[in-house]
Amino acid sequence: MSKLAGIGGRLYRGDTSFDFIGKRRRWYAFSGVLIIASALALSIQGLHLGIEFKGGSEFTISKTGASIADARSAVASTHVPGDTIIQKLGTNKIRVQTAPLSTAQSNQVQDALAAKFGVSADSIDTQIVGPSWGKEITRKALYGLFGFLIVVMLYLAMAFEPKMAIAAVIAVIHDVFITVGIYALVGFDVTPATVIGFLTVLGYSLYDTVVVFDKVRENTRTITAGSRMTYSQAANLAVNQTLVRSFNTSLIALLPVASILFVGAGLLGAGTLKDLSLALFIGLATGTYSSIFIATPILARLREREPAMQALSKRVSIRTTAPAETAVKASGTQARPTTVLTEEKRGPRNQPKKKKRRR
Amino acid sequence: MSTSAQSRTPKTAARPGRTLAILSVVLIALLSLVFIQGATKIKLGLDLRGGTSVTLQPRIAVGSAGKVTSAAIDQAVSIIRQRVNSLGVAESEVTAQGSGVNRQIVISVPGDTGRRVVDLVGQTAELRFRQVLVEGAPGATAVTGTAATPPAGVSAAINAEYAKLDCTKAANRQGTGTDNPNDPIVTCQKDGTSKFILAPAEVLGQDISKASASLNQTTGSGWYVLLTFNDSGTKKFGALTTRVTKLAAPQNEVAIVLDGLVQSAPRINEAITAGNAEITGNFTQTDATDLANVLKYGALPLAFDRGEVQQISPTLGADQLRAGLIAGFLGLGLVILYSLLYYRGLGVVSVGSLLIAGSITYLLFLLFGKWLGFTLTLAGIAGAIVAIGITADSFIVYFERIRDEVREGRSLRSAVETGWIRARRTIIVADFVSIIASALLYIFAVGGVRGFAFTLGLTTLIDLFVVFVFTKPIVTVLAKVKFYSSGHPLSGLSPKNLGVATSTAVKEA
Repeated sequence: MSKLAGIGGRLYRGDTSFDFIGKRRRWYAFSGVLIIASALALSIQGLHLGIEFKGGSEFTISKTGASIADARSAVASTHVPGDTIIQKLGTNKIRVQTAPLSTAQSNQVQDALAAKFGVSADSIDTQIVGPSWGKEITRKALYGLFGFLIVVMLYLAMAFEPKMAIAAVIAVIHDVFITVGIYALVGFDVTPATVIGFLTVLGYSLYDTVVVFDKVRENTRTITAGSRMTYSQAANLAVNQTLVRSFNTSLIALLPVASILFVGAGLLGAGTLKDLSLALFIGLATGTYSSIFIATPILARLREREPAMQALSKRVSIRTTAPAETAVKASGTQARPTTVLTEEKRGPRNQPKKKKRRR
Repeated sequence: MSTSAQSRTPKTAARPGRTLAILSVVLIALLSLVFIQGATKIKLGLDLRGGTSVTLQPRIAVGSAGKVTSAAIDQAVSIIRQRVNSLGVAESEVTAQGSGVNRQIVISVPGDTGRRVVDLVGQTAELRFRQVLVEGAPGATAVTGTAATPPAGVSAAINAEYAKLDCTKAANRQGTGTDNPNDPIVTCQKDGTSKFILAPAEVLGQDISKASASLNQTTGSGWYVLLTFNDSGTKKFGALTTRVTKLAAPQNEVAIVLDGLVQSAPRINEAITAGNAEITGNFTQTDATDLANVLKYGALPLAFDRGEVQQISPTLGADQLRAGLIAGFLGLGLVILYSLLYYRGLGVVSVGSLLIAGSITYLLFLLFGKWLGFTLTLAGIAGAIVAIGITADSFIVYFERIRDEVREGRSLRSAVETGWIRARRTIIVADFVSIIASALLYIFAVGGVRGFAFTLGLTTLIDLFVVFVFTKPIVTVLAKVKFYSSGHPLSGLSPKNLGVATSTAVKEA
């Protein structure tokens, strides 16, 4: 643990630095591959939608020793239309999912199952979803998603800068795509709980991005006044400085989610808890990845296009080719050359203006 | 910002005691409110204690104005509420969720009433009295020309529809409640024993003043529903029965049609002018009582699709509650463990903050249960657990800021203040994103999922509150304690921990 903390100090001063922004093409390529894979999985396999979306009836029987074969014969005896999926959950639960049924038909199935397993009809947990209901739920979920993206973009544009909002939202869309891709690829059930978990994660992924961007903004506030580092370099420093924080916040967020997943999948077998936490788990992982590897590089790229930033990077590159001796002397500590920043001091101490302003 | 920060910093630094006092006042106030209100138990949702929930989606009924209006939904809610209350199950709830005309009606009834609830609330209960024009065997008949001339008022189209109808199929015997009272209709007997062409309705459900379940005194078995008409109903029913007695069978029958299905079609032997009618048909006592109640409270002004029906047995409810609690304690335990391992002394602050946030959340759950009818669902528990992470994240943002400031060479005391000013903004922006997310989730979601959004939003607000009135002031206080300010190895602020050169930290601390 303390070793990690020590790394935090080195990252903060810029002694140790990972080049996230300079190697952005690598991360873009990596994400590109993931997105193509997601698109393929989505178009070939599609999402495995739960009955809430496509309509249908679900019956869960809790009975020790209940077998899938018994359930199948009970359902078959009612001659209900459509495919029936029968699964065993945990040790003593059987779940039967049918196509959309009328109330009379689902009562029939429920009675048949109750008779077969010798339990009362009321003790069978049922969920009946009308066929039109799924459309309603889907519509709402999509409204929620787009409403969320728009509101958050506006908010971030106001709280930070418009370009940060764009970069953050691109990263969020990236997360959406990859998470959906994973669901299509693995064939996890998509239920309303999944969608909710998912929308929550969007908020969370932004939380992470916000933390990084806040630092970026701080590091770059007075950057154009000097000629010490380019926007990209300052942004990269910010990512490194917040790396320990990102790691900690993500891990801390993941711990409760993991415990819900563990309990939900282990003790209950299926249902709200499992669906919700699985989506959160996958989303958190991609969200952390994207705020470091996607959001910040995109932001840097967007800002570097500005004339002021281009002028800045020209100044910086002149300094780099003809090192300014005064700067090295003034900084006082030994320089650790890295691939990006050949000789510059990147620590906040080397940004005297900023320090004065803050105090 | 820099100037305002300058003037504010010493203030907050100087008065951690006052802020902490505010916190204790708030806590005591909440606690006493809980006692005064007698809210000692969190209301659990149906998925945690078992019960039936039905979500109804309003739909335009045939023959009505063709618009789902907000007033109609309100009216439907109150009618359904009366029907559900007639079950006599405590803590049943009928609410409309969503906004305006785009609302769903959610009915939740605890316990194992299951199907009875479903039948009771889904019924439109549009009652009509129609004269029988044609009655026949339930099966479909070949449509080879019109053998007999259709009786007066029956078009060829209706006749063809009648021929096609197969009442032996259960699918054709779903009450829909979509018959237009001004048109003749083709329909089935409820039990599928015959099919009918019926004349336009002459007496409607709204002409009924009273309905009750009665037992046939002579046979001692066989429940039926006794209807009493109001003045205009009595007149209309009298006229109808007077007219048909003179006709030949089957046109001397009056069909009692409920939601588009014929309940019974008795032959009228003499004019009924007393203002009473009976609905018979193999009812059990429960059936008859429920039907009488449904009729008494009137028909729903809208037709509804059963969007979702969920029936959870008390066993599963208990299982889910247990699982939710285990997950909660496990998650909390892991977060506490990690905080202590990583932040050591500062970890104590985060544990304290989590506990404070936890108790405020608990107290508010109690109060909201009392005031707003807030019920804790499984999704709500999940929201609260996820919030543990979000809450802890604010502390991390702050702690890491403090450590950054110390790394920059500040003394702990000043790092606590400057770090706070910077962390505060990050925390507010990030929490606000979370709050936007939960608000939107709450607006766009229905059912249990709203519980998730609600708890998530609530706990995020609580997090903001706790960070401001507890975490920050307590850190200010602790910064004066030697254990922390001297950078003790266990304080989480030791030079080694921060990875700064020992000399700097000691010099400035």
